[in-house]
Amino acid sequence: MDLTFNAEERAFQSEVRGFIAKNLTDEMKRATALTPSVFSDPDIGIAWQRALHRQGWGAPGWPVEYGGPNWTPAQRWIFETESARAGVPNVNVMGVKMVGPVIIGFGSPEQKNFYLPRILSGEDYWCQGYSEPGSGSDLSSLKTRAVRDGDDYIINGTKIWTTHAHHANRMFALVRTSDGPRQQDGISFILIDMKTPGITTRPILTIGGDHEVNQVFFDDVRVPVVNRVGEEGKGWTYGKYLLEFERGSGIASAKLREGLKAIADLAASDLTGRAIDSPDIATRISEVEVDIDALEMTELRVLSALQTGQNPGAVSSILKLRNSEIRQAVTRLGVDVIGHDALAVEPMRPLYRLNHEPAIPEDMLTVVPEYLNGRAYTIFGGTSEIQRDIIAKMMLGI
Amino acid sequence: MDLNLSDEQRLLRESAERFVAESYDADHRRKMTNDPLGYSPDVWKQFAELGWLALPIPEEFGGLGGGAVEIGILMETFGRGLVSEPYVATVVLGAALIDRCGNAAQKQASLPKIADGSLKLAFAHSERAARFDLAKVTATANKTSQGWRLAGSKIAVLDGHAADEIIVSALIHDHHGPSGRIGLFLVRATEPGLVISDYPRLGGGRACNIELSDVHLPEDALLGDGHDALPAIEWAVDRAMAALGAEAVGIMQTLLDTTLEYTKIRKQFGRPLSANQVIRHRLADMAMQVDESRSMALRASLKADSPPVERARAASGAKAKIGKCARFVGEQSIQLHGGMGVTEELEVGAYFKRLVAFDTLFGGSAHHYSRHAQLGRSA
Repeated sequence: MDLTFNAEERAFQSEVRGFIAKNLTDEMKRATALTPSVFSDPDIGIAWQRALHRQGWGAPGWPVEYGGPNWTPAQRWIFETESARAGVPNVNVMGVKMVGPVIIGFGSPEQKNFYLPRILSGEDYWCQGYSEPGSGSDLSSLKTRAVRDGDDYIINGTKIWTTHAHHANRMFALVRTSDGPRQQDGISFILIDMKTPGITTRPILTIGGDHEVNQVFFDDVRVPVVNRVGEEGKGWTYGKYLLEFERGSGIASAKLREGLKAIADLAASDLTGRAIDSPDIATRISEVEVDIDALEMTELRVLSALQTGQNPGAVSSILKLRNSEIRQAVTRLGVDVIGHDALAVEPMRPLYRLNHEPAIPEDMLTVVPEYLNGRAYTIFGGTSEIQRDIIAKMMLGI
Repeated sequence: MDLNLSDEQRLLRESAERFVAESYDADHRRKMTNDPLGYSPDVWKQFAELGWLALPIPEEFGGLGGGAVEIGILMETFGRGLVSEPYVATVVLGAALIDRCGNAAQKQASLPKIADGSLKLAFAHSERAARFDLAKVTATANKTSQGWRLAGSKIAVLDGHAADEIIVSALIHDHHGPSGRIGLFLVRATEPGLVISDYPRLGGGRACNIELSDVHLPEDALLGDGHDALPAIEWAVDRAMAALGAEAVGIMQTLLDTTLEYTKIRKQFGRPLSANQVIRHRLADMAMQVDESRSMALRASLKADSPPVERARAASGAKAKIGKCARFVGEQSIQLHGGMGVTEELEVGAYFKRLVAFDTLFGGSAHHYSRHAQLGRSA
């Protein structure tokens, strides 16, 4: 057993550092630090995706024949860790990490040829049409319906919590094409051009004051049948496959560590009257740091298992659950660290392009919005309650 | 970067698991609970034959040259069987301190005998007024013309009653008065002036308090050359915490397995307990905390020979986190067993008590989170 990197891995680490140093602009870095939602705005995110693509690193998890870099799990770890350390933009994952693997796994040759290069290059920007107002945790009860009409489906219904629907030119969605004996039957996986007539988008502001998610309405929206991925009625299988990707390609600890570091730096600065001198704050920082250490070790254990071809199993639910809980602990701590400055609300977005002097120091601007928006971490991608169901069923057999 | 077990490590784990399954059953544990010795000399002999006593000792002294990770593998399995032999006292603490502080002659005199099972040690360091502060020692060692004269009191000495020799820490007073240095002295258990009052230890095994009044020792009773032993003590205790953390993981895993089985079998309101979501989620939390603890114990072992601050933060982080998880898993195991969980009729209580002892030993979660924080500021 060995926690250290070998010579090849260290060489790769310097390669990643060199790439980041060359491509990450101060503007991107500042914009990322001042974004209190999950993903960077498209102008920032797509610029970074293009830089990665030029380097051949646009889709770390894809097979080589589709443009993946063929990294070992250790290399992926190094890439993610170095990216988090440097504070690179949080590229919207809907393309590369979500719909990409489904198209690779189940799409037609035509779909692969058309969509995959456009995801890699950042030309297409994707959103996910899964949840509906009446279908949250019980996702397979979804009602948005696609009725066959010649070579088209006609879609009616509504999707909600659609991240970046107001930026996306494409959506992958689960829609009901028939009513099977089980509610999971009769669901199909379909790719929709967001410019199709009949689609309208309503913004939803989250409690931190950010516009990241939307509700999307479909009124007699015509989508060609060739836009269906895989077989009709098998969409649930493909969708579940994708959810496993959403729950974690398994490397979250590096970002958590940077988030905590930002809070600890604030706590050690005169801006907070050195909050860290209070033993309570100092101990809570340590508690969160130790939780991150534990998550990191679990991630590394999973990575080591993957290196030898073992299947990590239900541990992806543990990783998702702990990541979300620790993220919330970091943001909760942040609010306590900035003290009275938590009272200041800055409604303008984006925070990196304010046209006025904010009421509190810039480094504090995201603290409260991140805490507020961050309540969603234990809700999206399967709530903590659903994750515990999965752990009980898959790991404990009950 | 690789956290998979090597072939040797896998063999070690398999042999330890086989031993616990075959020789360390519930009957054996029950016998040990009421045994005045608290452990079995026959089992100790088996440990020697299996090479476990030689595990971390350097090869030149008859050992196998293993590290903290190997100790952790063994200790996790010991936890599953609730093993009560004085392994931590003799091998994890005793051998490590002699190896780190002793001179060549002292190592040659002790280490091969530890490896072959003919020498058992204990480490007498904690004092009542020091609480968990390893630097706080009031026992004294005065330089005399013939050697040393020791005086003072020590508490919570693990397995001191079983030891042939006890490593005692004391402040060195030389011809110029107090030196400010802590020395480690090898004291035979039969030495006049040494009084051992032993008691059954929470969760199995025994511990003792020690009184030293005018214990006269020869010159070479002092390990090494009289450098301050505090860094070595901190190093050894950090290793012991990593080892005990691994043991706690084994204990928690057994409690989880046992409780899971019980909730499947026990029926109330016409259905198994495990049919209730509140029970399933509790067990999911327990499983998650066992897994986090396993990660932290391994981390502390892997960093046992890192630079002092990194090592100490890993050890304190592990001790704090595993202690917190151990309390949760232990208390919930009892809760889910209902009234029977509070009785001596099930083994759940015995495993739980060992976890409580673990959390207390060398300082609980609160102490170690605060040590972790203090070390972080000095880093």
